Amino acid sequence: MSYLIGQNMTGGYGRGADILHDCTVGVEKGEIAVIVGPNGAGKSTAMKAVFGMLNLREGSVLIDGEDITGLTPQARVRKGMAFVPQTENVFPSMTVEDNLRMGAFIREDDITQSMEQVFGLFPILEEKRLQPAGELSGGQRQQVAVGRALMTQPKVLMLDEPTAGVSPIVMDELFDRIIEVARTGIAILMVEQNAKQALNIADKGYVLVQGRNRFTDTGAALLADPEVRKAFLGG
Amino acid sequence: MDLLNALVALANYIIVPGIAYGSQLALGALGVTLVYGILRFSNFTHGETMSAGAMFAILFMWLFQSLGISIAPLPTIVLGLVPAIICMIIYLLITDRLVYRYYRQQKAKPVIFLVASTGLMFLTNGIIRFIIGPDEQRVSDGARFVLKAREFKQLTGLNEGLAIKTSQLITVIAAVVIVAALFWFLEKTKSGKSMRAYSDNENLALLSGINPDRVVMIAWTLTAILATIAGALYGLDKGYKPFTYLQLLLPVFASAIVGGLGSPIGAIVGGFIIAFSEVTITYAFKKVVKYLVPESWAPEGLVQLLSTDYKFAVSFVILVVVLIVMPTGIFRGKSL
Repeated sequence: MSYLIGQNMTGGYGRGADILHDCTVGVEKGEIAVIVGPNGAGKSTAMKAVFGMLNLREGSVLIDGEDITGLTPQARVRKGMAFVPQTENVFPSMTVEDNLRMGAFIREDDITQSMEQVFGLFPILEEKRLQPAGELSGGQRQQVAVGRALMTQPKVLMLDEPTAGVSPIVMDELFDRIIEVARTGIAILMVEQNAKQALNIADKGYVLVQGRNRFTDTGAALLADPEVRKAFLGG
Repeated sequence: MDLLNALVALANYIIVPGIAYGSQLALGALGVTLVYGILRFSNFTHGETMSAGAMFAILFMWLFQSLGISIAPLPTIVLGLVPAIICMIIYLLITDRLVYRYYRQQKAKPVIFLVASTGLMFLTNGIIRFIIGPDEQRVSDGARFVLKAREFKQLTGLNEGLAIKTSQLITVIAAVVIVAALFWFLEKTKSGKSMRAYSDNENLALLSGINPDRVVMIAWTLTAILATIAGALYGLDKGYKPFTYLQLLLPVFASAIVGGLGSPIGAIVGGFIIAFSEVTITYAFKKVVKYLVPESWAPEGLVQLLSTDYKFAVSFVILVVVLIVMPTGIFRGKSL
């Protein structure tokens, strides 16, 4: 059993039709799990389901063996989960530093060390610490978003398409940073459009199609699988 | 040519009243902008909230007067502010619990909140008239003037007098203190920052573990403080009459929108822009012009752009122009 797992999840938004059908995703501590698949496959929905942002009709979400299916997203933050949405993932009018402080809102202890860690990971943020996050470039903003999520000292970091809309160079850079974060023992679950690069760094990959698990294997195995390559990775 | 007298006349009839009125509007607009930033709707009850706050302040003023408690030379209503604020915090939290919380849970559209707040406006207005009656109440006691026109004339030997009412001085001092405290709270404290974060990006605030119920509660508390002080100061300055607060809603909203809804600095700047526009456009400049031009040039008319009866038209025109030309206001708030 994985450290964080959403198993046999079935459900959709509000009272709408089900988007996920018996879908299972999970991740181990210190590992990177990637959810890939075609457009409309329910990748982001699966992520949001794990974070409690939609109602599951069936299935459950467990963290460290504890059932958290009924918890609100805010309550899951306190359980050690952090989520970086795909868009609108910073506080635009607040400075980089205040963004990070807000990330650590639930913490009562000293946060300077965490902030140093984030600045160590993303040195550009230290330079721009007093600038409003809304004035930063797309890649820098993405770094603020990841940094904010890390400030809660999460055990699980969930990223919804962290490289959407950033240049290829910045993308590689971001992936490197994500690997670094995973090495510190944090479990990382992410959705990615750039399936090849993402599977390259993934310990585990989930290929979803129409809300169902189609292939599940290690990242390397999925990359080597001719069927997966042909159907999803462009040969 | 008598520049000095012209300046004093200008100060007496435009600058001093403009600053006092601008401070009142700024405090009112801050409340509107705060509710808009946090709860994301235009709170039409705000004028009545100011009125109710002023009413409570007057009720407590009467209580203190009957007990013989006074803080002369300051007017007794200032003492009534503290219990009045507490009453208004309770009132706003009750209305939030009974009305707005339901719509929040339904994730209702802003326009539904707006209609609910309009209903609450009429309800509040009814309660106020039921308790204190529709008539005008005299509020000011204590020393009426800080600086009397006659004293000023004797002091300077000028023809024109400059009068500063106690209520005007209190208004400006209170506004400065309140605004400074509000900005300190929003910029420096953790709760204040969490409110700005919530206003910036509600979803992300939730993902950071910020408790939305607490943010909403603090927003109403601050609104009660701002509205009560603004309402009581306006009543102290111009006399308290429940009906005038219904009309006050327009310049207050105009101030908030001109400055940019959701922007606290915008609310302050907007308040002064509206106040000075109203005062300047409805003032008869004859007196000032008389000092500036040779006697034979003196105008026969009043040199008044608009009669004071039309003062609300001024806020209307500014409001319409701003909404057409720059809908997000001067400080780029959220557009309506």
